Amino acid sequence: MLSHMHKHAEYLDPILSRYQYNAHHLLQILREAQEYYGYIHADAIDYMAQQLQLARSQIEGVASFYSLLYLQPQGEYRVLFSDNITDRMLGNMQLMESMCKELWVEAGKVSEDGLVSINTTSCTGMCDQGPAILVNNIVINQLTKERVSAICELIREHIPLSDWPPEFFAIEDHICKKDILLDSNFKAGSALAKSLRHSALETLQEIKTSKLRGRGGAGFSTASKWEFCRSATGEQHYVVCNADEGEPGTFKDRVLLTSYADMVFEGMTICAHVIGAKKGFLYLRGEYRYLLDHLQAVLHHRRQQSQLGNNILGHAGFNFDIEIHLGAGAYICGEESALIESLEGKRGTPRNRPPFPVTSGYLNQPTVVNNVETFACASLIGLHGGAWYANIGTDTSAGTKILSVSGDCVRPGLYEYPFGVTVAQVLADCGAQNTQAVQISGPSGICVAANEFDRRIGFDDLPTAGAFMVFDYSRDMFEVARNFVHFFKHESCGFCTPCRVGTSLLANMMDKLAQGHGSPYDFAEIEKLNVLLLSTSHCGLGHSACNPVLDTIAKFRPAYDKQLIHKEFIPAFDLDYDLSQARQMTGRDDAGAHLERTNVSK
Amino acid sequence: MFQNKDTYTFLLDGKTIPFTEEQTIIQAAMAAGEYIPHLCFNPEFKPHGSCKICTVSANGRQTASCTQQPQAGMVVESNTPQINGERLALLQMLFVEGNHFCPSCEKSGDCQLQATAYEMNMMSSHFDHFFPDRPVDASHPEYLLDFNRCILCSLCVRASSDVDGKDVFSLAGRGIKTRLIVNAESGRLADTNFSGDDKAAHVCPVGVIIKKRVGFAVPIGQRSFDEHPISFTPHPALKDN
Repeated sequence: MLSHMHKHAEYLDPILSRYQYNAHHLLQILREAQEYYGYIHADAIDYMAQQLQLARSQIEGVASFYSLLYLQPQGEYRVLFSDNITDRMLGNMQLMESMCKELWVEAGKVSEDGLVSINTTSCTGMCDQGPAILVNNIVINQLTKERVSAICELIREHIPLSDWPPEFFAIEDHICKKDILLDSNFKAGSALAKSLRHSALETLQEIKTSKLRGRGGAGFSTASKWEFCRSATGEQHYVVCNADEGEPGTFKDRVLLTSYADMVFEGMTICAHVIGAKKGFLYLRGEYRYLLDHLQAVLHHRRQQSQLGNNILGHAGFNFDIEIHLGAGAYICGEESALIESLEGKRGTPRNRPPFPVTSGYLNQPTVVNNVETFACASLIGLHGGAWYANIGTDTSAGTKILSVSGDCVRPGLYEYPFGVTVAQVLADCGAQNTQAVQISGPSGICVAANEFDRRIGFDDLPTAGAFMVFDYSRDMFEVARNFVHFFKHESCGFCTPCRVGTSLLANMMDKLAQGHGSPYDFAEIEKLNVLLLSTSHCGLGHSACNPVLDTIAKFRPAYDKQLIHKEFIPAFDLDYDLSQARQMTGRDDAGAHLERTNVSK
Repeated sequence: MFQNKDTYTFLLDGKTIPFTEEQTIIQAAMAAGEYIPHLCFNPEFKPHGSCKICTVSANGRQTASCTQQPQAGMVVESNTPQINGERLALLQMLFVEGNHFCPSCEKSGDCQLQATAYEMNMMSSHFDHFFPDRPVDASHPEYLLDFNRCILCSLCVRASSDVDGKDVFSLAGRGIKTRLIVNAESGRLADTNFSGDDKAAHVCPVGVIIKKRVGFAVPIGQRSFDEHPISFTPHPALKDN
């Protein structure tokens, strides 16, 4: 066994030593091991287990949790098609089919020569420039039939990814409407310098005055969170920026980290000053791996400018630095306690709460977890003061909100508005026409129909993490809901019974409806499932898993009714379909080998 | 029993239950001889909170009673038609998720899943069965692993890690593909340091970890839950002590 491990030790040793043989960095170690070797080999697991003093089953347990990590050989080129509904609307399935055909490979499998594997993945955060794919975890956007053919050619010729045409990897910011944040011309260090002229408590007071609320969607008071954490006792305090932007349809954090990274890191530093933290983490979703070098460069520059490190900006004793932690494909890690588990190198399972992260977070120490946009807002408040900020937006929702607009509109991209903007206004600005519905805040959010377009973005009416997906009248809202339900099934962590099994049951019911075997009975079943998931699920994922279906049943009933062939009794299975194996075995496919449809429905 | 001078009480279905600072609702209830249906909870281990069978309404909010700490004067409802209805649905989910053929199962009569299903008057599995493909591991000379019956309670994981210090078992995968694995590259129990003396060998609430060659030593009809329903049967862990 030792000799087997030897070849893996060669590339694992430098990785392990860079992470100080610390098991809390397991996810980073696994990710880097895979970047080197292509997948995580069983002997590599044995070697890591030995060096990190973990059981190999624990390592396997962690690695198998994240969908971008592989324990089996994958294609030399791993192609993953982003499968959000917006990608579907742009024809991703047809493009995937043609790529599979051109490369002679079946979706979900590795080609026989080991050259390529093709599959789908959850939304990659490129909805404004889809359809998108990841090739070996690097993003390529704006796929067309021509681009797919070009990619197939590059793959067949074994051209290294680094030599592919650079325009394939171009990613646009698409900032369509700027307000105080996106139009701030922020100078790195300016907010920090201003904040450091005040005490930590005075800065906290400014945040309180600003009435800033978390931008991840839940809207918890940022000042309260910082205050709870500050007053909690612990050996260390931590600041964590949640950049695991996994909600389908959201991509604003990607743009903020691309073009406004200083504002985000500076907000984290201001938070560190307030709560007394020495260390911060940016939890970056694995799909944004391509941003890593850029973000490291920004951090490096900030260290040079004394905006990070020891005695920040000459402030004796104020020491703080930020580390970037990459995720590996798990939506659930956007939930703050699951994110912390993942930061600690474990499976991303949400914790039992209380205690909350503000008192017991990373390594059970007091930890603030805030959204990317929240930290950027904190920088603005540090610069201009809380009163200035509180004046913008509405009474209960201060400031602005950045929306990630995608779907059926002329100008998809980022739109920043003071809170209180109507859905209709956003639709007019992005050039949407014949709009049937808008999905606010992604699958876990709210689906609004045309008669509700006067509703307003804000914590009182339509709270949102930012997603704003537009559907015109050509779209089938049943298929929209079905796509979302499959997303939840794929992303359920599997910890609690109701969500693990319930999301699969729900997906099966929607598939049954799609195949024409549903009945009104199924609607009652979905309602029941919703009540159960709401009252017994462990976290928000289970709580919201039925939302897209219930919303669309209530508002777009005809889309469901057209799925119903039968109005009363319904067999739970398709007897004729179940005979297909027998037909295959007997080589028959004549009328006599089929059941008549009418027989089935009686 | 409660030496702690700060002893408080809460109401469980109208009964007064004393509790100490360290106890969760189910721990206090169990100490007072009250039954709240549960599967992943075992009084010998730190609560896990995953099966959700022990869900109760605490001051009107539904929560897992194994992880929720009570407050003085808290009104807890457990044995209500609504909550038992939800438990029934969760049990049915566990039944359709795995492959549970009670009549041929060695654990029948001693199985907490089966006994709790009886307790909740489960008459059918209601949902469509998933019929997952879960091979049996008979590699170990003394023990058999039948993953078909696994409900992912992680008691064996916790016992092996916290008590035996061995980490023989782990959970792997995600979502509906979550599965129990053992600590060997081959995936076989025989290639781990598992032993029949391990705590992990004796904590499975269902029939995954089965001792070989003693099958049906106790005839069906004379087993733990044949004698009394699970609500009247002291938890095996409590009975042993």
